[in-house]
Amino acid sequence: MLKVEEQTPVTFSSELLAKFDDIKSRYPEGKQKSALLPLLHLVQAEFLWVPTSAMDQVAAYLDIQPIEVYEVATFYTMYFLKPQGKYALEVCRTGPCCLVGAEKILSHLESKLGVKEGEVTPDGLFSFRGVECLAACGFGPVLQISPEYTFYENLTTESVDKLIEDLTSKK
Amino acid sequence: MSRKLLLEHINVPGINTLEVYRQKGGYRAVEKALKTLTPEEIVEEVKKSGLRGRGGAGFPTGMKWSFLAKPEGVARYLVCNADESEPGTFKDRYLMTYIPHALIEGMIVSSFALGAKVSYIYVRGEMMPQIRILERAIAEAKAAGWLGKNILGSGYDLELYVQPGGGAYICGEETALLESLEGKRGNPRIKPPFPAIAGLYGCPTVVNNVESIAAVVPIINDGGDEYAKIGIGRSTGTKLISASGNLVKPGVYEIELGLPVEEFIYSDEYCGGIANGKRLKATVAGGSSVPVLPANLTLKYANGEPRLMSYESLSEGGFATGTMMGSGGFIAFDEDQCIVRNTWNFARFYHHESCGQCSPCREGTGWMEKILHKIEHGHGTMDDVDLLWDVQRKIEGNTICPLGDAAAWPVASAIRHFRDEFEWHIKEPVKSQQQNYGLANYATPIEKAPVTEEK
Repeated sequence: MLKVEEQTPVTFSSELLAKFDDIKSRYPEGKQKSALLPLLHLVQAEFLWVPTSAMDQVAAYLDIQPIEVYEVATFYTMYFLKPQGKYALEVCRTGPCCLVGAEKILSHLESKLGVKEGEVTPDGLFSFRGVECLAACGFGPVLQISPEYTFYENLTTESVDKLIEDLTSKK
Repeated sequence: MSRKLLLEHINVPGINTLEVYRQKGGYRAVEKALKTLTPEEIVEEVKKSGLRGRGGAGFPTGMKWSFLAKPEGVARYLVCNADESEPGTFKDRYLMTYIPHALIEGMIVSSFALGAKVSYIYVRGEMMPQIRILERAIAEAKAAGWLGKNILGSGYDLELYVQPGGGAYICGEETALLESLEGKRGNPRIKPPFPAIAGLYGCPTVVNNVESIAAVVPIINDGGDEYAKIGIGRSTGTKLISASGNLVKPGVYEIELGLPVEEFIYSDEYCGGIANGKRLKATVAGGSSVPVLPANLTLKYANGEPRLMSYESLSEGGFATGTMMGSGGFIAFDEDQCIVRNTWNFARFYHHESCGQCSPCREGTGWMEKILHKIEHGHGTMDDVDLLWDVQRKIEGNTICPLGDAAAWPVASAIRHFRDEFEWHIKEPVKSQQQNYGLANYATPIEKAPVTEEK
C-alpha cells in the first residue's frame, strides 16, 4: 500500500533533468511514458528512495497522470517507497541460494546489524531485506547493494562481516 | 571437448572490449549479413539452423521471425528479453557480463533481418552492472560505425537502447515485458494478437532471449546447415546451462545438445559431481518452473535408458517420469536437502511474483505457499497434501500467461515423486523439524516403470 504521508517536496537538479531528457529521446514521439521505469531508477539513485512528490514531478515531466506513476512504483519491487539505509543490502532468498546457505546469511545480517528485515539501523547506514532470485544461482549466496547494485557472490558469514565493516568505515 | 560457439573466447583477456572482440573475429556476421545477404536470406538461415528459443519455451526462432507482420509504413521492433529471473538461470547475466558484444552483434544482424530501425534490450533492473557494461559496449560499437546511420554503407540505420526493468519476474513473459517497456505494470496481455502482429506500441514485434540472439552470430558466420549438424534430432546447436545447487563446480557451461545428463553432472569437464562427497537426491533440470525429478529419473528414463540434455530427452515420459529443458537452469539437490522446504520456497517465489491479474494464480499461489509452510513446519494434516494437489490443478491452464503453470508444476511434481516425504513431515511433526528425510529410495535404480498417475 502506498501510504501518503507529509513529505518535504524534493527538487530535481538540472543534471538529473538532463539525464531525463536523454532517456526520453530513446522512444518514438508520444511514447515518452516508456521512460517511466528508467526515470524512477534515476530518482531512486539520487534520493535513495522514491518520495511521492518525486513521483508527482515525474508524472508532470512525462505528461501523464500521477496514478500512472504510483501504480508502476508500487508494482515493481525495486522501488523503495520509504527511506532505506544508505546501503540497502538485498540478499537472494530463493531456492538455489538457500541450498547453499542464504537463510544463514539473512539471519546473520539480522543479528549483526541489530535490526529486523526492512528496518534501518539507528545510524542510518544500513537496511536489509530478502529478495527473490537475482540470477546468480551458481555463485550463491549473493547480495547486492543499491543504488549502484554492486554485487557480492559466494558469501560467508565472515565475508559479510568484512563487507559491513568496510562500508561502515567508508561511511 | 565439445564445440563452443558462444563461449569460445570467454577467457580471452579484454574480450569485453570491441578491439579484442574484433580480433577474435567479432562483427564478421554483421559484415556478412549487411554486405552479402538479404533479410529474407538471414531468416532462412536461422530457420535452417533449427535454433529454438533459449528463454524457456523452445519455440523455433526462425519460425517466430517469419510470423512478423510487415505492413507498409509501420515500424517494426526487435526486443531482446534480458529479464533473466527464472530461479536457477544465470546464463544471460554471464554472457552479457563477459561478452557483451556477442549480444550486440546478434542484435544488429537480427534487427536487419527483421527490418527494425530501433531495437531495445530489456534488462532486469537488478542487473545495473550489466546495464552499464552493455551501454559502454553499445557506445563503443556506435563510435566504430557498427550502429547508427548507414551502417557499413549499406543504407541500413539502427539505434540500440538498453531498458532497465523494475524487479518483476513476470516481465520475462514477452507481453508483460512489452507492457513494462511501455512504462506500465507488467501484466501479460491476452493473446491473440501475438506480438508479431501487435507488440510494442501496437507495432509488429519480435521478442527473443539473449542467448537466442547471440546464437544468430555463429549461424550467420557458419551457415544454418552447419549449426544444425551440432546437437541431436530437433535439439540443434549448443546450449548454455546454468548449473547451481550442491555441485562441485557450479557455473555456466556451453554444451552440445544431446550430452548425457550423467556426464554433465559427474564429469570433470562440467559440474564435477556432487559437492562434499554427498549423493544426488533430485534435480530441477530447466529452471524452477519445470518438474523436479528424483535422481534415478534424472539420469535414466523409466525404462532404464540414459537421459540426455536435449529438449526431447528431458521431456521423455511426459510429466509422469520426465521434465523439461526450460531455460537450462540446472539445480542439483544433495541428500541433505528437504524437498518440502524447497517446494515451499518456490511456491513463495511464485506467490511473490504473481502479477495478480488472474484469480487462479493470484489466490492459488498464496494458498500453495501457506499449505506448504504449514507442512514444512510440522503442522500439516494428510488432507493438506490432497488439498495442495487440488489447488495446483486448478491453477494450471487457467491463466492468461504461463506463470500459473510454472507455479503449479513444481508443486505437482514434488507430490508426484516425493509424496512419502510430505507424509513423513505430517506423521513426524517433531522429528521433521530436527532432521531431513534424507536420500530414501530416490537414488536406487528403477526396476519397473512407476505407475502413471491420472491427472
